[in-house]
Amino acid sequence: MVKGKVHPYIPNSEEGVKKEMLKELGLKSAEDIFEAIPERLRFRGTMKLPEPILSEARLRRHVEEMLKKNKNCKDNISFLGGGCWQHYVPSVCDTIAARDEFLTAYVGEAYSDHGKFQALFETASMIADLTGFEACNTPTYDWASAAAMAGRMACRTKGRRRILVGEDMSPGRFQVVRNYWKPEIEIARVKYDYEKGCMDLKDLKSKISDETAAVYFENPSYLGFIETGVREIVKIAHEAGAFVIAGVDPISLGVLEGPGNYGADYAVGDYQPLGLHIGFGGNQSGWVATKDEKDMIAEYPSLLYGVTATMKEGEWGFGEVFYERTSYASREKGKDFVGTTTALYGIVAGVYMALMGPQGFKELGEGIMQRAEYAKRKIAGIPKVTIASPGAFTFKELLIGFSATGKTVKEINKALLASKIFGGKDISGEFPVYGQSALYCITEMHAKEDIDKLVTALTDVCAD
Amino acid sequence: MAISKVRKNFHQARWDEPIIYELSTPGVRGILPPEVEEEITKSVGAVAGKLPDSVKRKKPAPLPEVDQKHVLEHWVHLSQETMGSNLSPDISEGTCTMKYNPRIDEDMVSLPDFAELHPFQDESTCQGALEFMYTFEQMIKEVSGMDRVSFQPGGGNHAVYTAASIMRAYHASRNDSKRDTIITTIFSHPCDAATPATAGYKVITIYPDEKGIPDLEAFKAAVKDAGDRFAGIFMTNPEDIGIFNPRIDEFVQVSHDAGGLCFYDQANANAFLGVTRAREADFDMCHFNIHKTFGTPHGCAGPANGAICVRDYLAKFLPVPTVEFDGKKYYLDYDRPESIGKVRDFYGTTGVILKAYTWTMNMGAEGLRECADVSVINNNYMRRKMLKIKGLGEAFADNGIKRMEQIRYTWEKLQKDTGVGTEDVNCRLIDFGIPWFWSSHHPWVVPEPMTLEPCETFSKADIDAYVDTVKLIAEEAYKDPEIAKTAPHNSCIHRVKNIEELDDPNKWAVTWRAYLRKNGKK
Repeated sequence: MVKGKVHPYIPNSEEGVKKEMLKELGLKSAEDIFEAIPERLRFRGTMKLPEPILSEARLRRHVEEMLKKNKNCKDNISFLGGGCWQHYVPSVCDTIAARDEFLTAYVGEAYSDHGKFQALFETASMIADLTGFEACNTPTYDWASAAAMAGRMACRTKGRRRILVGEDMSPGRFQVVRNYWKPEIEIARVKYDYEKGCMDLKDLKSKISDETAAVYFENPSYLGFIETGVREIVKIAHEAGAFVIAGVDPISLGVLEGPGNYGADYAVGDYQPLGLHIGFGGNQSGWVATKDEKDMIAEYPSLLYGVTATMKEGEWGFGEVFYERTSYASREKGKDFVGTTTALYGIVAGVYMALMGPQGFKELGEGIMQRAEYAKRKIAGIPKVTIASPGAFTFKELLIGFSATGKTVKEINKALLASKIFGGKDISGEFPVYGQSALYCITEMHAKEDIDKLVTALTDVCAD
Repeated sequence: MAISKVRKNFHQARWDEPIIYELSTPGVRGILPPEVEEEITKSVGAVAGKLPDSVKRKKPAPLPEVDQKHVLEHWVHLSQETMGSNLSPDISEGTCTMKYNPRIDEDMVSLPDFAELHPFQDESTCQGALEFMYTFEQMIKEVSGMDRVSFQPGGGNHAVYTAASIMRAYHASRNDSKRDTIITTIFSHPCDAATPATAGYKVITIYPDEKGIPDLEAFKAAVKDAGDRFAGIFMTNPEDIGIFNPRIDEFVQVSHDAGGLCFYDQANANAFLGVTRAREADFDMCHFNIHKTFGTPHGCAGPANGAICVRDYLAKFLPVPTVEFDGKKYYLDYDRPESIGKVRDFYGTTGVILKAYTWTMNMGAEGLRECADVSVINNNYMRRKMLKIKGLGEAFADNGIKRMEQIRYTWEKLQKDTGVGTEDVNCRLIDFGIPWFWSSHHPWVVPEPMTLEPCETFSKADIDAYVDTVKLIAEEAYKDPEIAKTAPHNSCIHRVKNIEELDDPNKWAVTWRAYLRKNGKK
């Protein structure tokens, strides 16, 4: 070991113990075992890694100093969203996320990991309640992969190969979906009504056919608008025999209707807003919810945890539902593939949903909409600054136009940094139709004074 | 020296915990959202109330209503009814590398300078984050010998899927669209078959020869048969049975000669850090399960991370963005026109990468090599003791090949002798505080399988106690098989009554609503 030291994580690196074990094996060193690897395949060089920092104290200092080069959304006021949103993370969520039992368990069955099964069953149950469905999978990688998964499920169930996708879809998510749907699924984009902030239903009607497996839209959209034409979209899709997949921000579902309740066939979304820190975009975690119908359940690639009874009267037991579907059971004949995803994040989101309850979701949603509306009105009053589709309904994200200021979003955001403000996501490259525009996210984290500070700073920056 | 204790008096937490909905009382609250300032409410009024009927929520979601103490209590109970590897001798989950996950790594991701960092922040404000991602890429390049690495995949399967997407893009870029067939082996992880299939490939599976090594002649015949449809290989090494394929480079050579690409599944890399690399075997791509080999926790099945590593000629196909360094500052590069696009939103499970960076900075090159050394010593030490247990054997016994970091054992004899099979042994082990062991992926080529992996963070005493417990259970099975067949006795729950109900659409329930409806309780 390093300079003759015993590594604290490796008990058998202690020379005496190691020697005793080797002696039992009649070996001199691990090299006697590695002789199973032919010399031509051996790496005889030295991996050029940084010198190790052996003490925990110095290791902590090293990493902390590196991270200090960052500026965070706690010490600054951030208006960034676009799929990763800063909401309040209750202390209980952090407490459960840090439990070594959940943190370090893996693929054990319910007999040793009963709590894991029950926790994920409860998370799925609460997503089902919010979305208006009766089935939900164990977590996916993120919303994007959930959307991709639902699309592939829909195609298999329908025996069709075409999916219509709103052109307002989050560009990041669309890049994921486009790769996942290769090679067999054809994607057609449905026009967005950029004036009104909703799907162009005329274009939807013109593109849908008996080859369409599903129509996918997001609500609220990436651009922040609430899709109010949901029932028309469902009607048009169902008349063509196609499914509807709604991508939703679950934190909006205290005020917005669950997709299952307006006739959608799948809902997909992310757990991140439900009790997970923004963590540089690394804490995303997705889910798919559907009706509990055999032909839909049969197409899930994910593990599904079901509740059942044990031999002990009155005791809840859990197990894997319809396991044969999965690639763990059936390799390439399984449905797509299943693997390690983001289970812990799903568990934490369950804690969040139970803490909030129906009233919490309602109050939170109402409060966010009020703050966003307040911000919208104040920002609209700044000379040369515009609000896109001002008549459209929005939830927590506002699309703000700066073209008339003669400044780019990049310049404006750079200037805002001086006031310790992270301005909205620049979408001028993604949606040039809006000119120099940025997506501003307002949540319950923003107090009135934060919004006022933004308005003051924007007024100054845009007047320069 | 630490004592080796068979925990005969163990009992797991058994809280008889209700479902969260059973703890609900209408009107009770768990947390209150911040109030909106009066100045705001006065000026904007009830905004949500003005939503059109088409999208306005009509009835509150029927979520449970529970106070904060009971929410905390409930999930703490559920955690206690879960056997994490940091608190148990999880030698059990073979192929999973359940090493110790240090608390310092968790502290680092909890710092606001990471936890409260938004992925769309200006690059100038997240240089520290880009720095650890860039630096960790340099480290993984050294460990693999490959030229570029992306951490965007969220797990091992996801990384293999990304490799399949890159393989598809590579052949398409050469207008070589006929190549639609890949070859894998039966002891490679199921994802080596399933993810290429998801990416549109037909899959051929090679079985082992009598020694347990993928049959090279059968492989050559399969490549020849596929002809110009052959796209490449997806192979694990050492395979899940713990045997290193010493002719792996010949598989690579045959594949390259036939115009295919080669992907090396390095999920079992703990066996050979600093000993052998994908580069030496001339692979085009490989991956690591960061959550296994590089010390980060498994989180009940994620968050995880799958590092996809490629040679320079495949780097242009990697997901966007890549993390670059111009000598002064770190930046994200989206300008990669031949990229497959993205496999995950944003940049990957960045927290897992930070933990792995912290872990690797603590280990260094010699520490990584020590992981490999100790894990193979541990495994061979354990094997020697295990094979003395009556009723237990190993896959491909007496083939003269030294095992690496894990072994697939078999309870075939015990099952024939006593009727106690591997699942019964598994249930009984829990009664002694030992977590559920990994049997095998399907199909069970090895009968009544048990796959164990005593990686480097387990002590000699852990291994001795594990073996003694297995021995006790085997001996007990010969005397009174009913004890194992009715186990677990000291776990948080008992055996499921009607396991077949989980395959019955009229009975299964993956949510509480479905359970209530199907049991006439609504």
